[in-house]
Amino acid sequence: MSCNAASWSRPGVVALRRRRYFYFILPALLVVFAVIIFPWFFTVWMSAFDWKIGSTPQFIGWDNYKGLLTNQRFLESVARTFYFTALAVIVPLIIGTIAALIFHRQFPFRGILRGVFIMPMMATPVAVALVWTMMFHPQQGVLNYLLSLVGIPKSLWVYSPQLVIPSLVLVEVWHWTPLVMLIVLGGLASLPTEPYESAKLDGASEWQLFRYITLPLVAPFLLVAAVIRTIDALKTFDTIYVITSGGPGTASETINLYLYLQAFAFYNIGNASAVVVIFFIIVLALALVLLHVREKTKWT
Amino acid sequence: MDVTATPAVQLRAQPSSRLWIRDWLKRLGFWFSVAVIISPAVFVFLWMLSLSLKNEIDNLAYPPVFIPNPPTFANFLQVFEQNSIGRYLWNSIVVSGGATLIALLIGVPAGYGIARTGAHRLTVLILIARMTPALSYLIPLYAVFQLLRLNNTLTALVITHLVITVPIIVYIMAGYFETLPRELEEAAEIDGAGVWTTFRYVALPLARPGIVVGVILAFIFSWNNFVFGAVLSGRETRTLPVAVYNVLTFEQLAWGPLAAAAIIVTLPVLLLTIIIQKEIVVGLTHGGVKGG
Repeated sequence: MSCNAASWSRPGVVALRRRRYFYFILPALLVVFAVIIFPWFFTVWMSAFDWKIGSTPQFIGWDNYKGLLTNQRFLESVARTFYFTALAVIVPLIIGTIAALIFHRQFPFRGILRGVFIMPMMATPVAVALVWTMMFHPQQGVLNYLLSLVGIPKSLWVYSPQLVIPSLVLVEVWHWTPLVMLIVLGGLASLPTEPYESAKLDGASEWQLFRYITLPLVAPFLLVAAVIRTIDALKTFDTIYVITSGGPGTASETINLYLYLQAFAFYNIGNASAVVVIFFIIVLALALVLLHVREKTKWT
Repeated sequence: MDVTATPAVQLRAQPSSRLWIRDWLKRLGFWFSVAVIISPAVFVFLWMLSLSLKNEIDNLAYPPVFIPNPPTFANFLQVFEQNSIGRYLWNSIVVSGGATLIALLIGVPAGYGIARTGAHRLTVLILIARMTPALSYLIPLYAVFQLLRLNNTLTALVITHLVITVPIIVYIMAGYFETLPRELEEAAEIDGAGVWTTFRYVALPLARPGIVVGVILAFIFSWNNFVFGAVLSGRETRTLPVAVYNVLTFEQLAWGPLAAAAIIVTLPVLLLTIIIQKEIVVGLTHGGVKGG
């Protein structure tokens, strides 16, 4: 049996290799089926039942979904989630790109400072949320003190129904801008140097270099960052739950918060499962739209 | 060459002081932007530290007291004495450690298998898993654990945390094994080594850097997870983030102990981040992986 490089890609050999490595993948596949794929299907199944913990489930078909589509509170939570997500995607993309341009340069202590910059995204969300709760405090909070230093009047932050979503976006931006920075930084590192050299010879300004060379070249990475950020922003739970629990009133109740209440405060499992299915369709649809945009932009 | 070089030097020599100032201003501006971009991160963490080291009077003072004078460790002592933080710490170590260890045992071979067979559809599955909200795993698992009478046990938590750790390790390892040269493995197979021997004695030792990144990221994201513990754990089996939220926010509303507890939860993670920031940057840039 000869084992030269070509043999790795011959069709018969590929089939043989598939079988030989099957047992390497099998255990992980079983676990993924048990804890990831099985729950997906079980959720869809449960969503067709009137299922409350402690009572026997009753099959009701589409009724959970019909109920949700006319449920004012749920529909409002969907709109709120979109509002939160739009802000929590756009702002980190802008700041993250600027940060990536800064960290793309060579300067002393770059590694350490980059480490400090990415610390927020590794920090435990609950711990972060507790500190922000204290910083948001209208009377003794440090944020209002900082505002007063530059002459801006005190704000109610998360205690105001109008400001609660932007305030939570502020936490989200602080928390996840580093991930955008890392993705864009990876993109910048992969850029060719030739276009810059010839453009500089032609006397292009720094802004022109950025606008006409860097930006188009890192656009695919920005889209990847946008997709990941969209998924994560839709899924945000820990910080909102700890800081406001959906309040004041329902002013910060996103889909995830609504879902949590339905499932683990009211134990309305069937209805919550229907929310999960709708939620998953929204996440998938948005991700596909963004990926589709990416495919399109590649060819033009 | 000489003829052209001399005037160039003279031309540069004349406005040199102005160029020097411009250069210096540019550098100042750059460092200013570095300071601006990292200041939010620095500020929040320092403020957390400051709150944890001050007594309650200083913590509630307005205008705020920034530098603890004198710093006190009373908040940390109080957290450890009045709450079973030690027990919750141990729960967190068991849950995150256990889930990471199991993920390592099954995820590293799987990553190798995916890399060597080119079964990349499996990584798409993992990406979809990443898109699913964590709460959607919880409802069915909660129902199943209820049936098996596993609710409120650490076993249930370890199993659930596999949702976080397995995808991270498989994804990172599949990517890492792909970058390893195949020549050594081919040589081993020519010498008659089986697939398993080749994996165990050739590929595995080479993959150590990838394994380190995978393990640390899986551990961190499992450690940080709040919602699984919030739903599935009982009084005795709370993980640290759940305990910090549930116990402390209800039993003591004082800021100092809360900040101290927040630091106890997140300090291990922050230290790991700083120590291996280079590897984390590489691991996260390629995968864009994030748990939960």
